[in-house]
Amino acid sequence: MSAFNWENIFTDLLNQFGEEKLQRQDSRLSQGIMAEAAIVPEVLCILRDQYAFNHLANLTVTDFEDEFEVIYHLYQIPGSQNIVLKSRIKRVSPNMPSVTELFPTADWQEREAFDLMGVTFTGHPNLIRVLLPDDFEGHPLRKDFNRREWQEVISGLKGD
Amino acid sequence: MSAEKATHQLPTDHYIVNVGPQHPSTHGGAHLQTVLDGEIIVDTVVKLGYVHRSVEKIAESKTFTQFIPYTARLDYLSGCLPPLAYTQAVEKLLDIFPTERAEYIRIIMAEFSRISSHLLCIGSLALDLGATTACIYCVRDREQIMDMFEMVGGQRLLLSFLRVGGVSHDLPENFYPAARRFIKELPKMIDEYHAVITGNEILQRRLKGVGRLSTEDALAYGVTGPNLRASGFDYDIRRDDPYGIYDRFKFEVPIDSGGDAWARYLVRVEELVQSARIIEQALDSLPEGDICAKTPRLLKAPENQDVYHHIESSKGELGFYIVGAAGKDKPHRLHVRAPSFINLQVLPMICRGAKFQDLITNIATLDPVLGEADR
Repeated sequence: MSAFNWENIFTDLLNQFGEEKLQRQDSRLSQGIMAEAAIVPEVLCILRDQYAFNHLANLTVTDFEDEFEVIYHLYQIPGSQNIVLKSRIKRVSPNMPSVTELFPTADWQEREAFDLMGVTFTGHPNLIRVLLPDDFEGHPLRKDFNRREWQEVISGLKGD
Repeated sequence: MSAEKATHQLPTDHYIVNVGPQHPSTHGGAHLQTVLDGEIIVDTVVKLGYVHRSVEKIAESKTFTQFIPYTARLDYLSGCLPPLAYTQAVEKLLDIFPTERAEYIRIIMAEFSRISSHLLCIGSLALDLGATTACIYCVRDREQIMDMFEMVGGQRLLLSFLRVGGVSHDLPENFYPAARRFIKELPKMIDEYHAVITGNEILQRRLKGVGRLSTEDALAYGVTGPNLRASGFDYDIRRDDPYGIYDRFKFEVPIDSGGDAWARYLVRVEELVQSARIIEQALDSLPEGDICAKTPRLLKAPENQDVYHHIESSKGELGFYIVGAAGKDKPHRLHVRAPSFINLQVLPMICRGAKFQDLITNIATLDPVLGEADR
């Protein structure tokens, strides 16, 4: 396993993709990259193959009123070295390239993000709802999801 | 494929058998649509969502402390483990350090939770395969842990006595003798399980070579916990990315390279012993002192910051991803990385080509809890 050197990893990625597409985003608790949506699969592929980040621990989406943030937590296991990869996409018709080819574990996690947050993962082999019923309308984890209206619908007070 | 050859000799149609959502072997409410060719499973479609309670949405309208009881209801069989993951994630986010005594109490309770969850896994595995006696043995012994939980937190299953910064109250006096007695009796209990389960020829035949999961597949599909270790990959978050005070205890990480249901069963039995070792060390070195750190009455995130914290739950890597907003007492977003959900992804793969009866073995040894998978 290659030794973990965050400086080297980031410099290497920066040389390949350039500053417009890739920024460094470190915080008190994590080391991270903010990447453009289109290059996310490539970045993940490099991190997996060259730097032994073999475990995609977590994949999820956060709704920031104006845009969505897709978050990937990568680990080198067995070990504790980790990187957070983030990508911001626009909120109107949000599209994100799927990474199921690289990490099969992303399959259900992307389906869940699609189900609850309404992000479309292009290239996903079977992008259907996983937790909610197939005929459910809307995506409940979005901040603008109208809970009151939905409660009226399911309690039979409104609509059919 | 042998299935195609069989078709050539005697034409058969594929047909669908629904298992669940109300079926004892799915351990909750999961609906499995199995496509069968005779007795051979061609494909399995896992349909989830029967226990979906939108916990992640609820979290956004609850303060950090109010949300603790909800976490206990995720994996309702592992008592303290989900609240431990959540409180530690919040502590990381808010930069709070729990007191020394609280750390030890948490470890003791977490390991008892792991033992109770594994006992139920082993017991229900035996029950699913028809060995009722073995199940009763496991449930009988688990009862002792349930009684201890009741002493500590007033509840037998959904224990939410963990707080951000520590625990809500101290261990009662009668807890210590009960804990010591359990640890002392555990080797004898395990001998009994070995006699009635491990040595049982019928169970051996139902488990050995069934549901083989290779190391590569387990890694690619993000399988963690006992299931990953039973596929021969040596990874335990307690040892490799220690949280709390796990780095102070001596324990081994049992692995098995078999990758089949038999290995998954044996790894869990071995983990009972290791958990007991940790509890014994923690009981021996339990310090006096405060049980909860001084925390503000209303916990507020200091900055716009996100945190991912994972622990080794009884089912695998249980992670909480929390996005805090500056000055707010509620999370902007909370996501649960549920090991049961992610481990279930391999079910169709390990069932393919197996006999229909092996579906039951596979789901029992993967040990999912649907409350956690559906959230």
